[in-house]
Amino acid sequence: MYDFTYQKPSSVADAAKLLSADAEAKALAGGMTLIPVLKQRLNKPSTLVDLAGTGLAGISVAGGKVRIGAMTTHAAVAGSAEVRKAIPALATLAGGIGDKEVRHRGTIGGSLANNDPTADYSAAALALGAAIVTNKRTIAADDYFQGMFTTALEPGELITAVEFPVPEKAAYTKFPNPASRYAIVGVFVAQGPSRGPSGVRVAVTGASESGVFRHKAMEAALAKSFSAAALADIATSAEGLNSDIHASAEYRAHLIGVMARRAVAAAG
Amino acid sequence: MGFQGIGAAVRRKEDARFLSGSGHYTDDINRPGQLYASIRRADRPHARIVGIDTAAASAMPGVVAVYTGADLQADNVGGLPCGWQVKNKDGTPMAEPPHPVLAVGKVRHVGDPVAVAIAATRQQAKDAAEQLAITWQDLPAAGSIKDALAPGAALVHDDVPGNICYDWHLGDKAAVDAAFAAAARIVRLDLTNNRLIPNAMEPRAAVGEFDRATGEHTLYTTSQNPHVIRLLMGAFVLHLPESRLRVVAPDVGGGFGSKIYHYAEEAIVTWAAGKLARPVKWTAERTESFISDAHGRDHVSTAEMALDKDGNFLALHVKTLANMGAYLSTFAPCIPTYLYATLLAGVYKTPAIYAEVKAVFTNTVPVDAYRGAGRPEAAYLLERLVDVIARDTGIDKVTLRRRNFIPADAFPYHTPVALQYDSGNYQATLDAALKAADWSGFPARRAAAHVKGKLRGIGISTYIEACGIAPSAVVGSLGARAGLYEVANVRVHPTGGVSVFTGAHSHGQGHETTFAQIVSDQLGVPFDQVEVVHGDTAKIPFGMGTYGSRSLAVGGSAMMKAMDKIIAKGKRIAAHLMEASVEDIEFKSGTFSVAGTDKSKTLGEIALTAYVPHNYPIDELEPGLEETAFYDPKNFTFPAGCHVAEVEIDPDTGAASVVSFVAVDDVGRVINPMIVEGQVQGGVAQGIGQALLEGAVYDGNGQIVTGSMMDYTIPRADDLPSIKVGTETTLCTHNPLGVKGCGEVGAIGSPPAIVNAVVDALAEYDVRHIDMPLAPQKIWSIIRAGRPPMAAE
Ligand SMILES: Cc1cc2nc3c(=O)[nH]c(=O)nc-3n(C[C@H](O)[C@H](O)[C@H](O)COP(=O)(O)OP(=O)(O)OC[C@H]3O[C@@H](n4cnc5c(N)ncnc54)[C@H](O)[C@@H]3O)c2cc1C
Repeated sequence: MYDFTYQKPSSVADAAKLLSADAEAKALAGGMTLIPVLKQRLNKPSTLVDLAGTGLAGISVAGGKVRIGAMTTHAAVAGSAEVRKAIPALATLAGGIGDKEVRHRGTIGGSLANNDPTADYSAAALALGAAIVTNKRTIAADDYFQGMFTTALEPGELITAVEFPVPEKAAYTKFPNPASRYAIVGVFVAQGPSRGPSGVRVAVTGASESGVFRHKAMEAALAKSFSAAALADIATSAEGLNSDIHASAEYRAHLIGVMARRAVAAAG
Repeated sequence: MGFQGIGAAVRRKEDARFLSGSGHYTDDINRPGQLYASIRRADRPHARIVGIDTAAASAMPGVVAVYTGADLQADNVGGLPCGWQVKNKDGTPMAEPPHPVLAVGKVRHVGDPVAVAIAATRQQAKDAAEQLAITWQDLPAAGSIKDALAPGAALVHDDVPGNICYDWHLGDKAAVDAAFAAAARIVRLDLTNNRLIPNAMEPRAAVGEFDRATGEHTLYTTSQNPHVIRLLMGAFVLHLPESRLRVVAPDVGGGFGSKIYHYAEEAIVTWAAGKLARPVKWTAERTESFISDAHGRDHVSTAEMALDKDGNFLALHVKTLANMGAYLSTFAPCIPTYLYATLLAGVYKTPAIYAEVKAVFTNTVPVDAYRGAGRPEAAYLLERLVDVIARDTGIDKVTLRRRNFIPADAFPYHTPVALQYDSGNYQATLDAALKAADWSGFPARRAAAHVKGKLRGIGISTYIEACGIAPSAVVGSLGARAGLYEVANVRVHPTGGVSVFTGAHSHGQGHETTFAQIVSDQLGVPFDQVEVVHGDTAKIPFGMGTYGSRSLAVGGSAMMKAMDKIIAKGKRIAAHLMEASVEDIEFKSGTFSVAGTDKSKTLGEIALTAYVPHNYPIDELEPGLEETAFYDPKNFTFPAGCHVAEVEIDPDTGAASVVSFVAVDDVGRVINPMIVEGQVQGGVAQGIGQALLEGAVYDGNGQIVTGSMMDYTIPRADDLPSIKVGTETTLCTHNPLGVKGCGEVGAIGSPPAIVNAVVDALAEYDVRHIDMPLAPQKIWSIIRAGRPPMAAE
């Protein structure tokens, strides 16, 4: 770790001010991604702006939406009775992130800001048609994810909350990397009421070189018949998929089918 | 407080300390005026060092010194020694290239230490190490055995042709050839034993200190054998006499073999502390552990068994290539030879065996002993081969094993590969394991799994291993450069408490408990009044340390011998006090009594008399009650047993999980069944890791791909089933406790049982063998190439 200064502002506005005043400053949420990067000396921020005092943690359900503050930990989402009632798949997803320690530190805002191509939340955000709320604007999930580790966030822009419309049914199934427990392939399936023209969305994380993506062929098939059987004949091309020591592109392509069928079956 | 002697499941004394955070590890040690060392390591597998510019780094804030290999050479610092010399087939010695503490001329693996920066803080040292300007000339690298043996391969050491460290053999080639010529059938299997990265929970650390007043150097280090480190570093590297070098290995958080060896960092901090006359500390970061702790296993083998028409084993021929890595680690040469090929008889009466082992240098981290050390490789090869023989011949795998077992009445049994098994009963451990695993109920469980859409398989292994290393004369004749006895000093204090100073070292094994149980049992002293001291060359007379499951068999035996001396002396004092003859004194449960009378004295009374010798046979007996014993074992010990694994495979993804595991082991006399159970379960956990999850991966250029836990899969609790442990005992015939050792059996017996189970689960896909680790993708590829998978939903 290189030296840096540490700031803990008490409002989002102050945090944003600190960040925009210094291009080398960086926001710190749970630190589960940022701290290891600093320890490996792969990043050299001048200042860490800790968001812990900005009041961004919290969950509310109203008007057909689940709103989760950016600083809400994965453990809080997994353990929330309200989330479990409104979008059980979201609570299950959060409960399957990393390990217990990671879930008690890592936050939804940090996860979405980082946009690791193998992270879980991105699949939920895309499949549920979430809105990413920042200190400046609201960004639709469809516009937010722009390739691995790349998002629509501008420098100094902070996520404050994420709003998930409550679906009729949804499920998330993940085939974890055995070592890191990130997704080798994760598929989030959601249906209705207002999820695009077809009413169904399928988002795939972990698999693609360009991060989370919607599986349009599966969406079309499921719009006709929301059943695992409807996906039986849909093959996914291995082209553009990741390949590493744990899974080749072909294997990932296969797993997308398996995870999607299981997610649909689980969604009921 | 109930019975706490031999056989009692006494809770571990040391756990209160460990679980409450009051353990005292090397990194907890901070000495006044301490500096910090940061090692600059090679980030490339093979390169010439054209130049190292230390000027900028030396001028950085807080930096006290920067040293390179040249500085150490100039100060006459020796290279890291190898403790075992293996000979080639033709009798010539192995290639033993120098292993400099800091690289000289070139680097040979990612992680090879090149220079050290020493500064007032850890961060300053790290900043300086990073600032060292090194000019490299990259060289082609050999990242695997295959690459190193390819024609025209890069030479890891310029003067080691073909990268061959040695080409060694054992056994009777002519007998094997004759048996093969006459065999009804020959079954062959090619297999690898995957390379593992140890990952003890506590990373390595070392603190060097120098006392200007006395000229004494002290090294605090994460070691399994402080006396061996003192011997190697003092005699070969820093040229310091024992009287001026103290090595302390305090609480150590796991070793699994990786903390046996003498490492560069130990020499660096000790030497630098002397140069600077200030304490110097180094603590590995986990990333450094991955590229500087010796790795384990990494064999490529071919095994062929000659059979008669009934499946009786006639002869075994094994050819193994063993990866040594870039340099010879302390005990590396003996692992794939004397701890591997000597075990190739297994539990079978195969009459002729011939093994050929070539050790190969590669541009990878040095490879040495890792939990089991050679024996897991032997057990895996044999137990996979036996299953393949069963498959190829159609003979039931349990029947085939029983048919070839060394019978229970054949002991002592001489194997054709140099060992003499003293005791064992392989039918008994097999029977007990089959029963505990409900072997006969398996078809119903398989059918039930099919209904759930899962493929279920069952696998067995009947393994043997050799522990309690070892008779010094034997290992000496095989190339060991050290004796392998153990030492105990037993001190009965004036008020009756006992301190035991042992040369064995505990780093998770629970010696403070088991050793105290033995003393309590033998001397009749309450368990709580027995203190076990280990890990400090200034306190313990000598010792060879802990590895190869030797602590109880060798260290425990030394304790028994020392206690015999205590009792003998106590009898003489008691005879004097009670005015009886020594021959009439009996000792039992802490009391000396005169046979046939009601006269008696407690050990406490005798101890007090020994230290306050007012009424004492002072003309014939020295005061005090303290004895030391060195125990050199007469033979190895031979734990053996049977492991049964059941696995389920998700045919859609290829993911396999172990759903039940039974281990029935013969570890000799059990001192503490709870500790044996924990040791076996820990070993099985590592065996499951090797079988399903772990595997070091280097890319074609010699870069390590599995350089962190984000890629290298250490087994976690949710990867493990509940592991049922049982014991079936035959006593070791040649040590006083009848113990054999239990530290490694879990890691040795389990991998073949699991792989056998996975292959069994895939029976309908016509699989003969799969190399470890059995990752989901490998299994999926087999399923995909075979029949269409079952519907999962
Ligand atoms: C061992 C391990 C296993 C993991 N496994 C998984 C897994 O299985 N699935 C998974 O999805 N994730 C996994 N993670 C990641 C983890 O879930 C965290 O979500 C992730 O590290 C980022 O969240 P954080 O709160 O820790 O963010 P930080 O590490 O603090 O920040 C990450 C980045 O986001 C920026 N940032 C943080 N908050 C905001 C904000 N509100 N607005 C704008 N920018 C912001 C920071 O500046 C930084 O660049 C794992 C992490 C570890 C260490």
